[in-house]
Amino acid sequence: MDLSAIDPLVLLASLMVAATPILLAATGELVVEKSGVLNLGVEGMMITGAICGLAVAVETGSPALGFLGAALGGAVISLIFAVLTQVFLANQVATGLALTLFGLGFSALLGQGYIGVKPPPTGQVPIPGLSEIPVLGRVVFSHDLIVYLSLILVALVWAVLKYTRAGLILRAVGENHGAAHALGYKVVRIRVLAIMFGGALAGLGGAYLSLVRVPQWTEGMTAGAGWIALAIVVFASWKPWRIILGAYLFGGITVLQLNLQAAGVKVPVEYLSMSPYLITILVLVIMSSGRSRAALNAPAALGQTFHASS
Amino acid sequence: MTGRETLLSIEGLTKAYPGVIANSDVSFRIGLGEVHALLGENGAGKSTLVKMIYGLVRPDAGRMLLRGAEYAPADPHAARKAGVAMVFQHFSLFEALNVAENVSLGMENPPSQGQLARRIREVSQAYGLPLDPARLVGDLSAGERQRVEIVRCLLQDPKLLIMDEPTSVLTPQEVEILFRTLRQLSAEGTAILYISHKLEEIRALCDTATVLRLGKVVGTCTPRAKSARELAEMMVGKLLNETRRSGSAPGAAVIEVQGLSVRSPNPFGTALKDVSFSVRRGEVLGIGGVAGNGQDELLAALSGEVSAPKGAVMLNGTDIGALGPNGRRSLAVLSAPEERLGHAAAPDMSLTENAVLTGAAREGLVRGGFVNWGKARAFAERIIREFDVRTPGPGNAARALSGGNLQKFVIGREILQRPDVLVVNQPTWGVDASAAAAIRQALLDLAEGGTAVIVISQDLDELMEIADRFAALNEGRLSAPRPTEGLSIEEIGMMMGGAHGMEVAHAQG
Amino acid sequence: MLRLEKRPVPSRAWTVATPVLAVLLTMVAGGVMFQLLGKDPFVAIRTIFWDPVFGEFAWYFRGQLLVKAGPLILIAVGLSMGFRAGIWNIGAEGQYIIGAICGAAVGLAFYPLEAWFIFPLMVIAGGLGGWAWAMIPALLKTRFRTNEILVSLLLVYVAEQLLAAMALGRLRNPEGGGFPGSRNLSQYPSAANLELIPGTGMHWGVVAAFVAVIFGYILLQRHVLGYQIRLAGQAPRAARFGGVNPNRLVVFCLGLSGALAGLAGMFEVAGPAGQISIDFNSGYGFTAIIVAFLGRLDPLGILLAGLLMALTYIGGENAQSNLGLPSAAIQAFQGMLLFFLLALDLLSNFRVRLATRKVKT
Repeated sequence: MDLSAIDPLVLLASLMVAATPILLAATGELVVEKSGVLNLGVEGMMITGAICGLAVAVETGSPALGFLGAALGGAVISLIFAVLTQVFLANQVATGLALTLFGLGFSALLGQGYIGVKPPPTGQVPIPGLSEIPVLGRVVFSHDLIVYLSLILVALVWAVLKYTRAGLILRAVGENHGAAHALGYKVVRIRVLAIMFGGALAGLGGAYLSLVRVPQWTEGMTAGAGWIALAIVVFASWKPWRIILGAYLFGGITVLQLNLQAAGVKVPVEYLSMSPYLITILVLVIMSSGRSRAALNAPAALGQTFHASS
Repeated sequence: MTGRETLLSIEGLTKAYPGVIANSDVSFRIGLGEVHALLGENGAGKSTLVKMIYGLVRPDAGRMLLRGAEYAPADPHAARKAGVAMVFQHFSLFEALNVAENVSLGMENPPSQGQLARRIREVSQAYGLPLDPARLVGDLSAGERQRVEIVRCLLQDPKLLIMDEPTSVLTPQEVEILFRTLRQLSAEGTAILYISHKLEEIRALCDTATVLRLGKVVGTCTPRAKSARELAEMMVGKLLNETRRSGSAPGAAVIEVQGLSVRSPNPFGTALKDVSFSVRRGEVLGIGGVAGNGQDELLAALSGEVSAPKGAVMLNGTDIGALGPNGRRSLAVLSAPEERLGHAAAPDMSLTENAVLTGAAREGLVRGGFVNWGKARAFAERIIREFDVRTPGPGNAARALSGGNLQKFVIGREILQRPDVLVVNQPTWGVDASAAAAIRQALLDLAEGGTAVIVISQDLDELMEIADRFAALNEGRLSAPRPTEGLSIEEIGMMMGGAHGMEVAHAQG
Repeated sequence: MLRLEKRPVPSRAWTVATPVLAVLLTMVAGGVMFQLLGKDPFVAIRTIFWDPVFGEFAWYFRGQLLVKAGPLILIAVGLSMGFRAGIWNIGAEGQYIIGAICGAAVGLAFYPLEAWFIFPLMVIAGGLGGWAWAMIPALLKTRFRTNEILVSLLLVYVAEQLLAAMALGRLRNPEGGGFPGSRNLSQYPSAANLELIPGTGMHWGVVAAFVAVIFGYILLQRHVLGYQIRLAGQAPRAARFGGVNPNRLVVFCLGLSGALAGLAGMFEVAGPAGQISIDFNSGYGFTAIIVAFLGRLDPLGILLAGLLMALTYIGGENAQSNLGLPSAAIQAFQGMLLFFLLALDLLSNFRVRLATRKVKT
């Protein structure tokens, strides 16, 4: 075993890369949950995005179009969930599960011809000036555009939720859909849009896996990332900035255990591989046991079906 | 009519739902600056009518004219733009948002948050309704929440303000303040459509009254010129028997509550603080108070849904605080919560299944872990028969029953189990007059048979009618119970906490 | 314009009709999907739904039907109890794996001893293993209010890693020449879960599934616990008022579904699968979720739904070898079935009406 082979700077830089898919998906899910909808289909939307992104990137040769295609694919498949839960009033938990199961099968079907195909590389864009800063420049400012985009999106979501009327209306719908309806807001329309935004971000996150992190297509490659994104929303108590913390914490553990595997630590690989899931569970437990604060911040109408009876 | 210029004229509005005609050919006029009462029982069609005026429901037929121009709002935004505002009975507020955000959500073109906060302060002071724009609505009392709704309306300078049962959540003192505000608005030219079934209020406040019964207009009158009895007759269509009370003296104390303090299971609920009282055999204790002052929590602590600290709840000298709902039922302590659908009964279950909900042990409906459905059905049928529950049969789902019939079922289910102590919360809320009278009579008869009855209600008239002693909940504390006889409305109001958050206004007024 | 009206009582007719309709619609949509994949939709549908039962090789497939349906039904009956009560165990796949590991471990511990008590001990160990794995989310939920959906699901990934660790480590066949995977239990008579009636596919796991259906039916219809499960799912506040202890229900529902999933895994590893291997699990724990919903969370319905879903598995394999239909198509097909079912559920609870606008007077 040789722990000295682990370079802490590389570790920190790759942590950001490892965290980005989950960061994107969790940010999208946060918006969905803020509108009062629990979409458990993140995993399914992510993997759909992963294959859509890869396929588009391979066919067009452009990673940028690939990411665009992934966002579109995620949004389209989330529309199934939106229609079922908002129009057909289906149970959100069951529908979210169905979306995950369907997404896994559907993506495998789409991916038939792409197994082992390498996507065009997504270039790194060191930010001029900032990337020259010693240590920090290498860790934070020498990534591809999607890493920066994911951070900008978190800031954007935070600002919109906190300072704009659209954000206020979204939160209002998630708190009390009956009252929002009585005041004349289109609950269903707002929620459908939120769900599609969540789908697009989950799709982006999936594409980041297949285009940058891995980068190729394998069936079931998200390996629970969508579920971890869901857990991170709870961990963040529905606060955008804390999503970053949660995602990077998870990314750090993933990267660390991979490095430990590579360094040949005398623990079977399987036990190291399960550590991110175990730690996610642990974090969930810690968050839920300090119940009062976290519970109070959950949108009050989360998961409830809305039907305007009048 | 009043000779005022007409603001809104309603012509032949009709709205039907499957199986019910909510409004049938309803016509009347509201003048500029007029306080117009819409009077009717539960289920008379008042809510549907105002929802049509506010753009939430579209009429099947008929039309409305606002200042002579066709008025057909597609949604509440359109209604608000036309100068129509509404204060809902079940508030359209968001507990986790602050006052300013709540106000902003109900406005068409809200100013910036800072400016809005300033205007909220100005308007709320001008109308004697003090409000802090930065406070979380979840932390406000029911009266203060209503102020948020009213201020939200006032900021839009409405021509017509609709108020749906506004006083049901207010103390008598708060009602006085509200009426002052409404009179001020009326003097400034704002018309008010005031919905209520409380006759004395309408006589005190309103210029004109339109009476609805079963969806139809049955008369228009000047309420001051009529007696409350005449109005009641118009509203109900027949005169109801008054409840009979026996004069028999109560016996020994059955249930004693001593220094009961429990936290609320809800994040925005009210904790009970040092609540003490006792009820004797054959006595009815009425517990009043504005909604959200600990009523649900008190019922939960007495029913056993929330366990009580040692020694806080005693039945005939034995501590029952640690027992759950079924443990207390086996000792003949029964209860009926306020929320019929989802708490006292499971909406999608049949009446037979709902009979098992509380009757399992005392009626022997469960033997060796297995439910005896035959016996359960027989019990449900007995409730239906003895309490005149109108339903096709015990196989019907609870939510298919009207409010009054389901309430008769819920109360009947407990009464037939021969309680020694019965606790009911809001026994006649949202129930039509004849069912309400039947329920009150049943409670009185039960007390006469020796049961200690605790009635928690926000309807003061009801409590004055059936209770021997009265106490009020205010922010989780219970006032010392006093005999109802000779209790004045001012005294009751003070027991309920006077006017919440109105210290400033008091000093001025 | 269509308008929805809530029915006063859910329609019984639609409750029964929706699964049938959902299956038909899935066939249509699946046909379109097969067409897009360049296969003749009618041939594909026939290959999946008709040939396994009535075709040339039906004698082989019919036996497979029970082999596949057994674990699906066993798991789904357990899950349906929790789903009814609003307790969402979606980690049955993990409990299935742990049950298999525990059952196999007990069997292998006795190897090569031949004794009558080994198989019963394995059954107990399998059930206990699944139960214990499900107790993790149960206890975290009752103690710390941790969301059981996420915990039970995340534990699937942990169980999969554990399975790999076992196949490569503690349970590896010492005489296997270094290949991953345990000894073959089906060749160890005292531990084997063999066909009881040759050619039918009926093994002890299938028997257990039928027993679970009967047990589940009685529990839901007659027993007070079944009543409490339904009550807690429909009206949680009313359930507390009726004296139901929500924590006990969580422990019961998760424990029951975990134990049944563990049993399913144990019967699988000792019979059709034969050994603990890295890819021993094949998604029964997830497909059982579809089975539970398709069967309307009703034990008898689950029996039928389990057989149907087993048919799509076998038919899918048939289509894979005969038509070159990708195996993923069947997974997508099953997902679609659940979508249609959830959408059509609307018809049992709501009436769809044409919104009529009367002539204005």
